[in-house]
Amino acid sequence: MDFSLTKTDTLFLKMIREFTEKEVKPLAAEVDEQERFPAETVAKMGPLGIMGIPIPVEYGGAGGSNMLYSMAVEELSTACATTGVIVSAHSSLCAAPILEYGTEEQKQKYLPKLASGQWLGAFGLTEPNAGTDAAAQQTIAVEDGDNYILNGSKIFITNSGYADVYIILAMTDKSQGTRGITAFIVEKDFPGFSVGKQEKKLGIRGSATCELIMDDCVVPKENMLGKINKGFSLAMKTLDGGRIGIAAQALGIAQGAMDETVKYVKERKQFGRPISAFQNTQFQLADMQTRIVSSRLLVRQAAFKKDHKQPYSVEAAMAKLYAAETAMEVTNKAIQFHGGYGYTREYPVERMYRDAKITEIYEGTSEVQRMVIAGALLR
Amino acid sequence: MNIVVCIKQVPDTTEIKINPKTGTLIREGVPSIINPDDKAGIELALSLKDDYNAHVTVITMGPPQAEDILREAYAMGVDRAILLTDRKFAGADTLATSQALAGALRKLEFDLLITGRQAIDGDTAQVGPQIAEHLDLPQVSYLEHLAFDGKNTFTVKRRIEDGYELHQVDGPCVVTVLSGAYVPRYMSVRGIVEAFSKDVEVWGFEQIEVDETNLGLKGSPTRVHKAFSRGVKAPGQMYEVDATEAAGIIMSKLKEKFII
Repeated sequence: MDFSLTKTDTLFLKMIREFTEKEVKPLAAEVDEQERFPAETVAKMGPLGIMGIPIPVEYGGAGGSNMLYSMAVEELSTACATTGVIVSAHSSLCAAPILEYGTEEQKQKYLPKLASGQWLGAFGLTEPNAGTDAAAQQTIAVEDGDNYILNGSKIFITNSGYADVYIILAMTDKSQGTRGITAFIVEKDFPGFSVGKQEKKLGIRGSATCELIMDDCVVPKENMLGKINKGFSLAMKTLDGGRIGIAAQALGIAQGAMDETVKYVKERKQFGRPISAFQNTQFQLADMQTRIVSSRLLVRQAAFKKDHKQPYSVEAAMAKLYAAETAMEVTNKAIQFHGGYGYTREYPVERMYRDAKITEIYEGTSEVQRMVIAGALLR
Repeated sequence: MNIVVCIKQVPDTTEIKINPKTGTLIREGVPSIINPDDKAGIELALSLKDDYNAHVTVITMGPPQAEDILREAYAMGVDRAILLTDRKFAGADTLATSQALAGALRKLEFDLLITGRQAIDGDTAQVGPQIAEHLDLPQVSYLEHLAFDGKNTFTVKRRIEDGYELHQVDGPCVVTVLSGAYVPRYMSVRGIVEAFSKDVEVWGFEQIEVDETNLGLKGSPTRVHKAFSRGVKAPGQMYEVDATEAAGIIMSKLKEKFII
């Protein structure tokens, strides 16, 4: 097994690190403090191809690998988890299913705009009463001539309000449960579509998280994504890919906190020496670093398998589970090392700790990841 | 319009360690980058590509690993890359380097030749002007801004110590660019993905028509007598005070050290 980075990977890391350092990091605290969507960063990422890394060149993308995509989300998230999730939700949850399941017309219509960042994408599955139990969807889609009429609402939708295109899941045959769900590509300007209240959150506060309301929303039939009543499988497979993105985000948060901690323990002096000289510090740092590197190997394994068209659902679940729990542990310890300073907003570890929590929840909770992993074991 | 940019791979540090015995740079473990002035030169060329559809070639002279910066230039958006490498070029000072580069440049057609002002590992600022002399081309050094009339005339703002000069110069000509003049663009993701499938032309002694005695160590009259690093200064004292108080502190320190 070859763990070395390719020359392309290395050159890409050089670029994305420089971009993160110069364009993302300086805004991270402000974006969090003001709960402000970093539109200017998205506008810069688009022309560079960061919003369309794994989209083929013929659809306006960069023609890169999922490995590069995971590296991008990781590096952006070392400085700003908000920026990381904007890219992840856009790429994995909107552009990816259009690429995977879209008709040629849909790909031609939507992918160039999404890949260039001209349009932002989002994904609407979760409802007030349908979280992990996604089959309990109440949004319904009824055929009406050349259109489907959607009614219902979605909550906790990342990128909402700023997104131009939404992948919306709705019941087309309620009697069939999960086999009665269909996916639709909904544009923000479709009649009857609106964005509701924005959530106030613990972390990733610059990321827009809103309710979506479909009130007799008119969606042309040609905007059905994939086949009728096949939306549940489409959503689950889409979330498999999304988990690579969120695992990379969690990994980035952990790495960012680690970098801050290493810097701090060398500077901070207590009892006449830097706290890095204490064995307790060293042993804890060693454990944190081992967990981070383990997470990275899991993330890259999942991305590698996806790139090589191998099944990766379980690998993505393990990567997300482990990286999310690592992010929680590492950011928690990072604050402990920073002591009182770490509890304040003078230092970024406070924000990183708050940002980490969501990675255990969205795109499948840690419990769901364990269900996926155990399910494969006991099949 | 055809533009050629000369670039150099340099160690990524301004505090280079020097081997006290040999007086040469210790390059091990120091990452290599495109020399900052040269990178600004690439940006100038690419901005002319954006506006006037110019064709941009980059050329570097160096060891085989200098290919890395040519790949990076591809990822930024240049059209053609040439690596000038040969054992016969080794040990070159600025004169021998400019001879080899001029030899290669005679094989290329261009309207504008861009070099960086100087490289951060040598700080000589000689290679660009020397190339212009070898090729008998007009040159404007210390470029801070360039405007193109869309035909064949460049208006160049040249930074000098206490101001600037404005020059009008027709192509083909040579300009040497300051790193602050143009902020280099990021490599694009697509550029990175495609950079390693593009052709880097490798030229050696056989491809340039230059007398061997003018190249490499043989063609280098410069001899390094001694290289040394200046001792580390003590860390300064930090004061967080307002301007008036700061002025007072500075005055008293200068008096204390009998500087004034």
